[in-house]
Amino acid sequence: MSTIEARKITKRFGDFVAVKDADLSVAAGEVVCLLGPSGCGKTTTLRMIAGLERVTSGDIVIGGKRMNDLSPEKRDIAMVFQFYALYPALSVGENIAMPLHYEKISKPDRDKRVRRVAEILHLTEVLDRMPGQVSEGEKQRIAVARAIVREPNCFLFDEPLSRLDVELRHSMRGQIKEVLSNLSKATVIVTHDQLEALTMADRIAIMRDGIIEQIGTPHQVFAKPANVFVASFIGTPQMNLVKGKLEKVSGAKATIQFGGERVELEVNPAVGSLKPSEVTLGIRPRAFTPVSAGAKDTILATAELIEPMGAETLVHARTPDESDIRVVVPRDVKFKIGEKLHLRADPTQTHIFGEDGKAVRA
Amino acid sequence: MANTISIWERLGFRKASGVGEAGWGHTLFAAIISLIYFLPVLIIILTSFKLQTEALAVPPKLLPTTLFGLIPEQYVFSPTLENFTSVFSRAYVAGGAAESTGFDRFFFNSIFIASTSVLLALVIGTLAAYGFSRYPLKGNDTYLFIILTTRMLPAIVVIIPVILMFRISGLAGSYLGIIFLYTAFNLPFTIWMMKSFFDELSPDVEDAARLDGSSDAKVFFKICLPQVLAGLAATFVFGLILTWNEFLFALLLTGVDTRTVPVAMNQAVAGGGIGVLWGLLAAIETLFLIPVFLVTFFLQNHLLRGVTFGTVKR
Repeated sequence: MSTIEARKITKRFGDFVAVKDADLSVAAGEVVCLLGPSGCGKTTTLRMIAGLERVTSGDIVIGGKRMNDLSPEKRDIAMVFQFYALYPALSVGENIAMPLHYEKISKPDRDKRVRRVAEILHLTEVLDRMPGQVSEGEKQRIAVARAIVREPNCFLFDEPLSRLDVELRHSMRGQIKEVLSNLSKATVIVTHDQLEALTMADRIAIMRDGIIEQIGTPHQVFAKPANVFVASFIGTPQMNLVKGKLEKVSGAKATIQFGGERVELEVNPAVGSLKPSEVTLGIRPRAFTPVSAGAKDTILATAELIEPMGAETLVHARTPDESDIRVVVPRDVKFKIGEKLHLRADPTQTHIFGEDGKAVRA
Repeated sequence: MANTISIWERLGFRKASGVGEAGWGHTLFAAIISLIYFLPVLIIILTSFKLQTEALAVPPKLLPTTLFGLIPEQYVFSPTLENFTSVFSRAYVAGGAAESTGFDRFFFNSIFIASTSVLLALVIGTLAAYGFSRYPLKGNDTYLFIILTTRMLPAIVVIIPVILMFRISGLAGSYLGIIFLYTAFNLPFTIWMMKSFFDELSPDVEDAARLDGSSDAKVFFKICLPQVLAGLAATFVFGLILTWNEFLFALLLTGVDTRTVPVAMNQAVAGGGIGVLWGLLAAIETLFLIPVFLVTFFLQNHLLRGVTFGTVKR
């Protein structure tokens, strides 16, 4: 049972800093997702763990052993690539058996293990075909099969599902999760799809511009985003982030000027330490409740666009000072375009971000 | 009956379906254009079966058959194999005994020299190309450019220093010398060609092989090389054609024993005072076409994949 630890790893390509002082530790049996927009350095981080890129500074420690100077084949890692990276000149069976060749395992044993993983991933039928002759979903499963056929220290997945269509992605997500939980190895998955990260990961590391912004369980990053970026990146529809002016805090009530009016919101006690300043108010679209009459703690907005989404309805509304907010209401709550809404925010789901963009929390 | 297909349509005499298939009009047009390009080769092959008088006849003798009376007798010649036998042995004096012309040796030389040097260039060039592609040096492009510049000068510009080098080193007239020269001659092309094939390969596949436990050598031989077989075939054929037809270096740097066919051909048909022996020339040329034709024919599937490689991005 090995762990993966990245200690303050930095990668520079010339003057460009791809990853900066990233700290990441993955316990044995834990699945950690690196999540972020494209170009944020998540794949570079993964490649550094794999040994395909050298770290500029910092240490990669796998299973308690410093791996910085070891070439990839000596790190005993299995990796699934975004474009699967199957060996085009070898049959599916030979592709899966490839990692075993280097472990000098006898042919009958090899065949047995190939057949076993082929069964787990439903590939028995295609073992004799060439990679060019199988479907996209099968290619993906072959890549996974090749990774799990031997018993490596840990697993790395680079955007494993990005090339599949939506339906296939759903079923593969479940399959991979199941396979991973049976293997219980330290696993790192790189993805730009938050749904993938939220469903598959034990913990999520959110990256931006080479920096890890927050690491936490899917619940933590959703319920307690550490900063404005994480708040905006996690959750669909996106969290409403509106600028406001904190005027005074008394007890649990804060008076904030925004949306062209002055509202009193219930906030967490830590906000009390803030001086009057510019803040960003973060409220998830589902945290609003429309009420019939305006009050001190409600926000006024005019419905601009209404998008039924099936079970719920997404309403785009505009405050008197022209900032847009998104509100999700149950489908039986009906609004007309142009209607005035009075919205009350759930205080437990109201986030205050200070001038530096960091969440203000107790 | 809208859905029945007539026998003519089955044979291809039909209108273009509009998608992916040419109608007979286009096909016929393509055939005529191809024939125009092929005509010189056809004339050479036909001439190789004519006697000297027939080869020079006016009006020309076109075909060895009347095509069931379609062509008037005066345009028809009676085919002979005499030219082919006299490629290898003939009497140099009228009425004298036939002697060997040495052409068996020259054909061997051509095949041996061309194939050895092209294969050698392929081995060295492929390794170099992989290096340039995967382990770029500082100033990689400059190196590649310098390699290419050796092919920018016509051979005739560099021939005098080359002759001097061969004289001094004693390589002139030897197999080793001409093979080395042709290897060097083929290398720039091979390196550039193979580098472009390696550049096209997905680096992920090699990374995957490394993580699976392959050393660099195994990555190259087991993973990369099988993927560029088409490229190797294409490079081999192009190199072979260039080397096979090379005349100038062969003329000046081969000796009596190492002479190649293009040089020998030139000397054989000069025909001591009685003008060019067209029939003989055509016969040598026809024989000369066969080996390259066979190689190209057997590698044509690879060749097509080779030359179109990389034109479609994934």
